[in-house]
Amino acid sequence: MKQSQGHNRPKKYGMVIDLDKCTGCGSCMVACMAENNVPFKKDETNKRDSITWMKVYKLTNGKPFPENDVCYLPRPCMHCEGHHGHSPCVSVCPATATDYSTDTGIVSQIYTRCFGCRYCMAACPYHARYFNWWDPVWPAGMEQMLSPDVSVRMRGIVEKCSFCFHRYQRAMDKAHLEGRHELAEDEYQTSCTQACPSGAITFGDLNNPEHKVHQMVKPDNAHGGRPQAPNAFRLLERLGTNPKVYYLSTREWVRKAGDNSIKGEGKAHAKH
Amino acid sequence: MWPWTPVPKNGEANVVNSVSTLCGGCCGISVRKIDNRAVKIEGMPGYPGSDGKACPLCLSGLQKLYGPTAVSSPLKRVGERGQGKWKKISWDAAIAEIAEKLGRMREDGRPQGLACIMDRECGTVPALFQRFLQVYGSPNFMKTASVDDAYELTLKLMHGVAARPGFDLESADYVLSLGSGILDGWGSTVRMFRARARWQENNAKVVQVEPRLSNSAAKADQWIPIEAGTEGVLALGIAHVIIKEGLYNKAFVDEFGVGFEDWVGKDGKKHDGFKTIVLKHYSPSTVAGITRVDPDIITETAKAFAAASYPLALCGRGEGRTPGALHDFMAVHALNALVGNVNEKGGVWAVPLPDYVQWPEAKLDMAAERGLATDRVDGAGTERYPLAKSLLTRLPEIINAAEESPVEALFVSGANPCYTLPDTAVAKAAFSKIPFIVSFASHMDETAMMADLVLPDHGHLERYEDIPAPSGMNTPVIGLCRPVVAPQRNTRHVGDAVLMIAKAMGGLVAEAFSWESYQDCLEKTLGDNWEPLLDAGFIHNPKFTPDAWAKAFQTPSGKFAFMSDACSYEAEGAPIAEIEGKADAYPLTLIPYDSLRLAGGPVTTTPFVIKTVEDNVLKGKDIFVEVNRKTGGKCGLAEGVYAHLSTPKGTVKVRVHMSDGIVPGVVAMPRGLGHAEIESYVGGKGINVNELIGPVEDPVSGMDAAWGIRANLTIA
Repeated sequence: MKQSQGHNRPKKYGMVIDLDKCTGCGSCMVACMAENNVPFKKDETNKRDSITWMKVYKLTNGKPFPENDVCYLPRPCMHCEGHHGHSPCVSVCPATATDYSTDTGIVSQIYTRCFGCRYCMAACPYHARYFNWWDPVWPAGMEQMLSPDVSVRMRGIVEKCSFCFHRYQRAMDKAHLEGRHELAEDEYQTSCTQACPSGAITFGDLNNPEHKVHQMVKPDNAHGGRPQAPNAFRLLERLGTNPKVYYLSTREWVRKAGDNSIKGEGKAHAKH
Repeated sequence: MWPWTPVPKNGEANVVNSVSTLCGGCCGISVRKIDNRAVKIEGMPGYPGSDGKACPLCLSGLQKLYGPTAVSSPLKRVGERGQGKWKKISWDAAIAEIAEKLGRMREDGRPQGLACIMDRECGTVPALFQRFLQVYGSPNFMKTASVDDAYELTLKLMHGVAARPGFDLESADYVLSLGSGILDGWGSTVRMFRARARWQENNAKVVQVEPRLSNSAAKADQWIPIEAGTEGVLALGIAHVIIKEGLYNKAFVDEFGVGFEDWVGKDGKKHDGFKTIVLKHYSPSTVAGITRVDPDIITETAKAFAAASYPLALCGRGEGRTPGALHDFMAVHALNALVGNVNEKGGVWAVPLPDYVQWPEAKLDMAAERGLATDRVDGAGTERYPLAKSLLTRLPEIINAAEESPVEALFVSGANPCYTLPDTAVAKAAFSKIPFIVSFASHMDETAMMADLVLPDHGHLERYEDIPAPSGMNTPVIGLCRPVVAPQRNTRHVGDAVLMIAKAMGGLVAEAFSWESYQDCLEKTLGDNWEPLLDAGFIHNPKFTPDAWAKAFQTPSGKFAFMSDACSYEAEGAPIAEIEGKADAYPLTLIPYDSLRLAGGPVTTTPFVIKTVEDNVLKGKDIFVEVNRKTGGKCGLAEGVYAHLSTPKGTVKVRVHMSDGIVPGVVAMPRGLGHAEIESYVGGKGINVNELIGPVEDPVSGMDAAWGIRANLTIA
């Protein structure tokens, strides 16, 4: 784990996604692919090998017509902190290709270090990590749209959402040039946050009480960042991964779906 | 880093603002560039409606700019139609060939044999085509119709004005959507999303009426599942309750309405007014029988609608690509009028059509005047269809029925009728009968494949163009599409191509086009507005207010017409538009559905956007249709199985997705798949739903009123 190096107050960048607002339009997914040079293949319908750093899931309450209801759930990397930065993926990486930054709270992915063992993919309970089974191929001419801010990946390595870390670097560079050490809330926003036409995604420093994300979920840092705001929840809270992506929903069935159990799970556990 | 993966070159970052014309809503965009490369599209802050956001299709626009389907030079067909065999030719040779062909047609006295199909009719580019046709001598300018056209006609009949519909969405506090995909691409896509955010903040209530649990329905406060095609009947059922309970706005109806009460016509006969018809035929129990909506829900909805401060009812199914039945629109608009919310805060406004394209009258010669005096080939404006401006959906059958195609030469720009027209096979057969087709497509598409010549336009990020009147905007806006990068290929602006053809024709045709270039035309047309448009990227009048009731209506009586003479032969009340097929052979109903994750219009979806499509919509090359679990079970189907979907138009193989979010008896198929395999990222996947649904003519307007077709689904 990377220890804080700066003399700045450590940040904990995180995201709050209001599922009542999300309409499942897919703008966040497309904005993410365009921002991060995410490759695409001729057939992307095998969702197991379709690289989507941001993926919108469709949840249903499972009730028959006409009581059926659906809810969309965008899933970036959760940037888990675990206990003191021991996020599930960071703990298992033998190459230190993925690391937890105590400066920003961001889980990095260093492509040149990754040798593709995919332990991190097995460890990630959110399916947020993707393996490059092939070298990316752009149709002739389309390499022109690649952004120089994000490295292009190759066959044999794992990639995932970086909370658009290059945008943080760009914002910090600008701040340093202007003699500042701190960023304003709107100076660093992820591509998906910026793109969401419904305003469902909010991004900022969970440690900063002035930031909207903090106010929206009131994270309890004494208890692994657990949300204290009503209607706020995290995915698979019980695993103790301490993720930095929070969700809001007024619908109880949606909040329950966020911590789904296999039928009977937990009951057996209680016997021990 | 690795020699076999590209290393994007770094350089100086800069940003260009423009308007993206990929989606129907025309999103304002901000494009980030590194030196001369465009690397990312974002929303343009401050742009009216979309304000800093953009729809998924527009966000992925760079895949069009740098994509493999962009046409790189003028092409001349060498193989069979649709075979895709081309030879590159020079611009001069292509223009000369067109001028020669058109010149001969005109000399032979058949200028009316030229037709033009576009996707828009406002702005300088459509105006150039319209002017060309006029001086050449053809009345046959056609536009692919949408809900906007049905709404325009509604305003024409009920307000007596030539105007487009504007919706003061943000101020509404009760939104009743009768099938409109308010979050699925209807209107100006991104503005709808922003309006919804406002409704949430203001605790406005949103009620979505439609047969399928679409995204619009899922995000509404209430979803009212309804028998497919009967939304207009429900509107009249709601009107029934409002009238019966005396909940309507009497100040408006009594003073500014006409045709509400019974009246005696000039012929001395007594006519039933709107009130009588609605009270007689549309009681909640009758309506419940037709729509399968519970009578109590009808009553509750009516009361809530009437009690709201700013209720707003919307019409036009899905994304709004098909105009629909005129009486549905009139029924829904009458509902708005009952609560007095026309030209009022939170209501439907009649917004004047853009009128900034003011060019000196063109001089016409005898040949042009004779050609213009002929009836339009599609029948629009004739005695039978006096109201319609154009009726493109009628064209294929007319061509196919004739021995020789009445359209001898066709220009197509911005439209893709060989994909978007209903009953695609019939449309393609008609196109193959047209002797000479010129496509101005920037990207190869189904229609360009049928062309004899392709004169590629600059791509949407390579050209200037004025973009007026976004769909549904209640305030006048002109946006500026401007080049983000220099043209990448041997293309010419379509406006310049028209000027070149005109100049090559010579005579009065050439004289009508005095501009040096399209750019010159655009700047002179906008006049004093050009500089502000260039500076801000748009011109907007946010303070626009519609005419007050006292002077808003220019019908013969000067009042809002609840009933129109144009529809008088339907006095028994508005029936439901019949769809094709007999119920015994086809026990189910197929309806198309729209989604922002698939582009259903003339523009093909991009690789990024199709990547977001779920695997129970498209898997490999297989398309899934959605069917209610119970219906599917009765047909012996199960999740994911292959089935034959047949309609009177043909049979296709599909896979089945069992859903709990759709009314029984309905089969829903996504619009936007089944493109020709011009490339393999999007093309060649799934089925084009337009192949399975034929047009149904609206008896009054002549526009396409089809909302589905009878169908059957059997295990394969």
